[in-house]
Amino acid sequence: MSQTDAAAMEMHSATGLPNRKILMWAFIGSECMLFGSLIIVYMVYRGKSLVGPYPADLLNIPFITVTTFVLLMSSLMMVLALSAVQRGDMKWGKIWLFMTALLGMVFLGGQVYEFSHFVHEGLTLKTNLFGGSFFLLTGTHGAHVAVGVIWLMSLVFMAQRGRLTQANAETVEIAGLYWHFVDVVWIVLFTLIYLLV
Amino acid sequence: MTQPHEHAEHAHPSNRTYILVAAILGVITAVEVGVFYLDALKPVLVPILLALSAAKFTMVVGFFMHLKFDSKLYRALFVGPLVVAIAVMMAMFLLYGVFSA
Repeated sequence: MSQTDAAAMEMHSATGLPNRKILMWAFIGSECMLFGSLIIVYMVYRGKSLVGPYPADLLNIPFITVTTFVLLMSSLMMVLALSAVQRGDMKWGKIWLFMTALLGMVFLGGQVYEFSHFVHEGLTLKTNLFGGSFFLLTGTHGAHVAVGVIWLMSLVFMAQRGRLTQANAETVEIAGLYWHFVDVVWIVLFTLIYLLV
Repeated sequence: MTQPHEHAEHAHPSNRTYILVAAILGVITAVEVGVFYLDALKPVLVPILLALSAAKFTMVVGFFMHLKFDSKLYRALFVGPLVVAIAVMMAMFLLYGVFSA
């Protein structure tokens, strides 16, 4: 058996599907449970804070709508990056990957601004039930975005060094699955935290 | 043993489809925020917002994550835990009266 055959067998399971992609979907499934539990905590504690500041005093809907739109558009950049890499157009693949990471950083910047504003207004993890559950939920999501940005920048770096080619488009696809999941989680959080105040 | 071609992955959508989906996502987000500010819709705000959010969720998962086009095994790996998570959430929301007046 040649090394190529051995590598191909290693990369694909008995189902004929790539092992890494199966693993990523299983991981995303487990993440549904994680975020589900954090959402339960937030929703059960919603409206039960005994002292302020309360959500209606702090949440800035126009501002968060803009950052939500930014994250949605980063998902578009991500699929365009994958499409370019699959076509072998590494120049645009690199540009779209960088744009995705950049929009992710803009979203994170917005979250840092929001957190610092809330702390300035007197809301911390320990202030009330809203503070504890809000920072836990959105902070966990923000940490996932930060991991995604680092992952995307590492792909940009790999592409820059010529180590990311059309042959390993699956690497970009797997990073994309993670990034879109982070976006999907925010779609739910935007509605539950900000619009159902 | 499952034959590889049984789970063959279909071609992914074109860039035009991706841009169209992104535009629809943007419009739905704008509608969500518009609905939020309309006092007349306050009594039905929760179901409307949840439906719009579910539509966005489905579009991103179906088109951007390619679940609509990829193997059913991926769908099972995602939808299975998602259904469990939603069921537990609904049970807890009912138990604690989250959406009750």
